[in-house]
Amino acid sequence: MTGQANDVRRRWLLAASLGNLAFLYAPIVVLIAFSFNAARLAASWQGFSLRWYEALTRDHALMVALQNSLLIAVASTAIATLLGVSAAVGLERLPQRSRAALDGAFLLPLVMPEVMMGVALLLFFVLIKLPLGLLTVTIGHAAFNVPVVLVIVRARLRKLDPSLEEAARDLGATPWRAFRRVTLPLLGPAIVGASVLAFTVSLDDFVVTFFTAGPGATTLPLKVYSMIKTGISPEINALSAILVLASMGLVALSLAIQQRQRLSQ
Amino acid sequence: MTGRPVHHTIARQSAWLLAPALVWMGVFFLLPLLVVFLISFASRGAYGGVEWTFTLANYRDLADPLYLYVYARSFGLALATTAFCLCLGFPLAYYIAKAPARWQGIWLALVLIPFWTNFLVRTYAWINVLRADGLLNALLMALGIISEPIDILYSDLAVLIGLVYGYLPFMVLPLYAAIERLDDSLVDAARDLYASGWAVLTRVIVPLTKPGIVAGCLLVFIPSLGAYITPDLLGGARSMMIGTFIQHEYLVVRDWPLGSAASFVLMAMVVAGLWGYQRAGGERPL
Amino acid sequence: MMPFSIMAFLCAAILACQASSDDPARGRTLYYFTWSDYVGPELLESFERQTGVKVVVDTFSSNEELLAKLQSGASGYDVTVPSDFMVSVMMQQGLLAELDLAKIPNAKLLADGLQHLPVDPDHRYSVPYLWGTVGIGYDSSVIRTPPDSWAALWDERYKGKISMLNDQREVFGAVLRSLGQSMNTRDPAVIAQAKARLLEQKPLVKTYTSDHFDHLLASGEVVLAHGWGGPVARAMALKPSIKYVVPKEGATIWADCLVIPKTSRNKTLALQFINYLLDREVAARTSERLLFASANREARNLVRADVRDNPAVYPPDAVLGRLEWMSDVGEAIRLYDRAWTELKMK
Repeated sequence: MTGQANDVRRRWLLAASLGNLAFLYAPIVVLIAFSFNAARLAASWQGFSLRWYEALTRDHALMVALQNSLLIAVASTAIATLLGVSAAVGLERLPQRSRAALDGAFLLPLVMPEVMMGVALLLFFVLIKLPLGLLTVTIGHAAFNVPVVLVIVRARLRKLDPSLEEAARDLGATPWRAFRRVTLPLLGPAIVGASVLAFTVSLDDFVVTFFTAGPGATTLPLKVYSMIKTGISPEINALSAILVLASMGLVALSLAIQQRQRLSQ
Repeated sequence: MTGRPVHHTIARQSAWLLAPALVWMGVFFLLPLLVVFLISFASRGAYGGVEWTFTLANYRDLADPLYLYVYARSFGLALATTAFCLCLGFPLAYYIAKAPARWQGIWLALVLIPFWTNFLVRTYAWINVLRADGLLNALLMALGIISEPIDILYSDLAVLIGLVYGYLPFMVLPLYAAIERLDDSLVDAARDLYASGWAVLTRVIVPLTKPGIVAGCLLVFIPSLGAYITPDLLGGARSMMIGTFIQHEYLVVRDWPLGSAASFVLMAMVVAGLWGYQRAGGERPL
Repeated sequence: MMPFSIMAFLCAAILACQASSDDPARGRTLYYFTWSDYVGPELLESFERQTGVKVVVDTFSSNEELLAKLQSGASGYDVTVPSDFMVSVMMQQGLLAELDLAKIPNAKLLADGLQHLPVDPDHRYSVPYLWGTVGIGYDSSVIRTPPDSWAALWDERYKGKISMLNDQREVFGAVLRSLGQSMNTRDPAVIAQAKARLLEQKPLVKTYTSDHFDHLLASGEVVLAHGWGGPVARAMALKPSIKYVVPKEGATIWADCLVIPKTSRNKTLALQFINYLLDREVAARTSERLLFASANREARNLVRADVRDNPAVYPPDAVLGRLEWMSDVGEAIRLYDRAWTELKMK
């Protein structure tokens, strides 16, 4: 009796899940499909064509935006990783009482609405008369990426056995050496994972960048936004298709790496 | 030997390690927030910009029914988004959690892939689908359900769809984590005891997965409340949510003090929500 | 430590690429901040070739957005293009650098009616670049009787198929003229009346957009669009049944002017660029490509006949009589701000 009811239940759940997946993927699939549409207006299908992809390669401003995005992502990720890792280690060693307050303070950017962060940074830069540009965007990105790195590295740090490092110290190593030779290598994968995540977050960011960008600091998301606003649809379709496939590739890669790690342990 | 002197060294080192991050966050995060707070008490210059005369007028202005309406609308939309995400996400999360281990990884990857795609692109995908000449209308007309294209794009409904679409993965993941920890034997026992599946759901499954449900709701509600991209692209500049209202005040009307006050009220709402969550005994979301 | 060294290396590599493509003396890049409708990379190609300078283009879609960006410290733009009334606002705010007219000889070729605009009669800060009108673009295959009044945008029969500009002054300009008032009124009662009329219209409006109403017209998603002539002309090219009309109650005549923000770091180059844009060959090609009327009076003779005779691009003399220049309304702008916000919120 329960077996049959279970089957019905499973089937119903499967239907709901597939429905959810259809909801999640349908718009993306449509986008990719129409990026190959030869027609300018989406209304009718006028044959297969790669002309919009071609148009993208000729779009000089787009290439510059991509370059800016990469530059900002690399710089802000480097800063955020350095700050985040040292903060994670520092927090972990702090006595319990002082930890709680700082914990909350560091996590605040993660729950703050992006609009708020964007306007706050904008007003701050205006007040200190720092001109908007690549530098201000990088600063903003580093600021919201520090908690990202912090959370991931700390989670791993907590699972580590503190006695390993203590043992190294007992054997005569200076605290710094013990940290460098014992703890840091163990944290390695988490640090890499955190940097990759921070890099992606920075590449994708729109709202904070929107408020803090200045002359010549257009990033890829900003360019995509202005393309969407001016409604040049076929090229956006092609660009979106590329971005989607790039993300899928990255996710697949990251999962494959994780699988390899899990298998080798 | 771990005596007191070593403890001091470690504590001092912790201070050194924390300092860079604290300084950065202090200068580029807390200080800007403080600036916003201060400006919310200033007056607007003639053509925009700030005049440093103290006034409570900005907060008083926000109490105007016109502005309260925007907050209420945003709150309502965020609530609706959360409700829909919960209803859609729960069956999906349950299915994945109870699936064989090999399949779980694949299902989760499938849910995560759209999540990893650029948010703008995902929102644009919906513009494409909801347009008068887009997929949805084409489908409905082909099925004979309607004879004329319906106007979904540039409406609250479009914004709702966009928000649910954007934040669904945020609901599914915590739910999955909670349901995975659910003890099947309890559920089976409940099925033996209760006649209806609904009772099993409401009296056993939901209470046991409550931390996951609350975490998921929080992760969807807060970003939805302060959403900017979705209402901006899918709303057609017809109706405002708090996010677009703040942008409107800063970059169109250039009333920075009012915009700052509005930001701070939003911030207060978020913090209140988090505080309520903590009080309800929720675990740390992260 | 590996990830750090990799990232540091990547950072250095990208920075090196940047540095090698820019001449160390920053004078090799010009930052141009312009309307999203004015982007045409091929128009800048010969300037880039002649001078070896790279032009970086950022865009905006309303005067208010431009002002907000400049006020919030987006410094470093060398040339930008505010509308005439915004020039006076920017002058008052001290945002503009004075022009050395000796370096802009092409400025002497301005069309009649565009020389000595009231906002800046001696061209101390600005030189007109492109000009035109605001009106209604409509699909004549759907709307059989050609509309001639702003009231067409309030027509219930086309509910959900109307678009308005996302531009505070222009939208109020349209409704004020439809009420027989000046678009520069400072009278609170009149502004309130205008707001009420706009609120009545809102359920009929599909969207407020300054950027893509040409696409909406061409794809049939709207049949009536409030907009500048140029984008409507673009829509005409995509769909020949689209036509343009300047309503009988009157509409805006505008002239977008080239200015140099005070924070420009390369004013000599900026002046050179402005002179280039006003050269009559370049102006003619600009006019043909962007479908806006050039302020250079000789350009008009050089453009293709179909562009010259298109009333959406070059307004015919008959229309000129009912056009009004927008002007700064001073403190009253706050009334407009509040009304516009209210319109968007309800």
